[in-house]
Amino acid sequence: MFSGQDLRCVRGGRVVFEALSFTLVPGAALLLTGPNGSGKSSLLRLMAGLARPDHGAIAWDGAPIRDDPEAHATRLSYVGHLDAVKPSLTVRENLAQWGGTAVDAAIERFGLSAALPARLLSAGQKRRCALARLIARPAALWLLDEPTVSLDRDSVANLMTVIAHHRAEGGMCAVSTNVELVLPGAETLDIPRFAPA
Amino acid sequence: MTDFRRILSRELKLAFRERAESLLVVLFFVLGAVLFPFGVGPEPNMLARIAAGIVWVMALFAAMLSLDRMFQSDFEDGSLELLALSPLPLAAVAGAKALAHWLTTALPLIVAAPIIAVMLRLPTDGLATLMLAMLLGTPAISLVGAVGAALTLGARRGGVLLSLLILPLMVPVLILGAAAVDAALSGLAARPHLMILAALSMAAAVLCPYAAAAALRQALE
Repeated sequence: MFSGQDLRCVRGGRVVFEALSFTLVPGAALLLTGPNGSGKSSLLRLMAGLARPDHGAIAWDGAPIRDDPEAHATRLSYVGHLDAVKPSLTVRENLAQWGGTAVDAAIERFGLSAALPARLLSAGQKRRCALARLIARPAALWLLDEPTVSLDRDSVANLMTVIAHHRAEGGMCAVSTNVELVLPGAETLDIPRFAPA
Repeated sequence: MTDFRRILSRELKLAFRERAESLLVVLFFVLGAVLFPFGVGPEPNMLARIAAGIVWVMALFAAMLSLDRMFQSDFEDGSLELLALSPLPLAAVAGAKALAHWLTTALPLIVAAPIIAVMLRLPTDGLATLMLAMLLGTPAISLVGAVGAALTLGARRGGVLLSLLILPLMVPVLILGAAAVDAALSGLAARPHLMILAALSMAAAVLCPYAAAAALRQALE
């Protein structure tokens, strides 16, 4: 179980959100909504352990993630709004650099061509290459920051299938979004509700 | 250890794909040194006297050129976040980066150093000592440079700031590196200088990865 209690996030001296709590059980999904700048990405970065909450604690099965950030890192996959795709490497090399075991399956699942140099990829293909990391290195917790940006309709549907499959196998995911996503049974966390009064 | 090797081989592969950058650094090193005879005159004794110093100063400048790229592109394209989320501690990532920088920048400079040394009429007795001194001293440049590169991450004109931060710290390496060659040329033992150089590099290897990791974490917050 992955949970956060009474979280407060401060960016540049300004409180973005406070008193925010969430719980994710295996198979669950969390949909983070809110306008630009409301703190969706900040919350995902807190969940990943890339930033620390100003107040409150995030725990995995009751153990605070800050006690063992390396262990937390191995059980999560984070796809931020930057694709982290190296133009001088091929698609396969891009995925293999993160030590995945299922690189070929990931390439196939997201309809990419392995030998293509990544500098030739379009924005949507780069996004798919970034998302393919989810499959290439299996992890229990997926943290996706607006994953559908620049994806075409088929790719969005494909991503939803991949997420559904992940959840059916007991995985968890937290997804921030500005568009309508079909995630059955997902809990919605509207971040602006936690903005300071 | 496998994770460390994976990050290191990733860095080497990326450097190999963008090998023009390493080549430019070596060319800058050679070209900069070539300018000195025009400035101070072609008198062989004079050149031989300052050859070791020129090689060291140019190696430092050339390293500065490449250091600011150490984390910058990973920071800009989001790879740094993924590196921070790899199972490897961030200090080990920084260590792998510094090692890769040494292999792709310092090592080519060491290979190119004899060309400059011969051109500047450095007596051959000093050549072996110069290369040995560089071999022992340049790891400190890559390691301390990694701290500087991490600290200046995200800053505008980071490269200039990096040089201002790092060059003063490199004075001991410069003094000892040049002094080792001087000692060898005047028939004294170069060994003490070389041992202190090695000690500097070893101390840097222990401390710098942690300092760089702390700075990287700051940049990622």
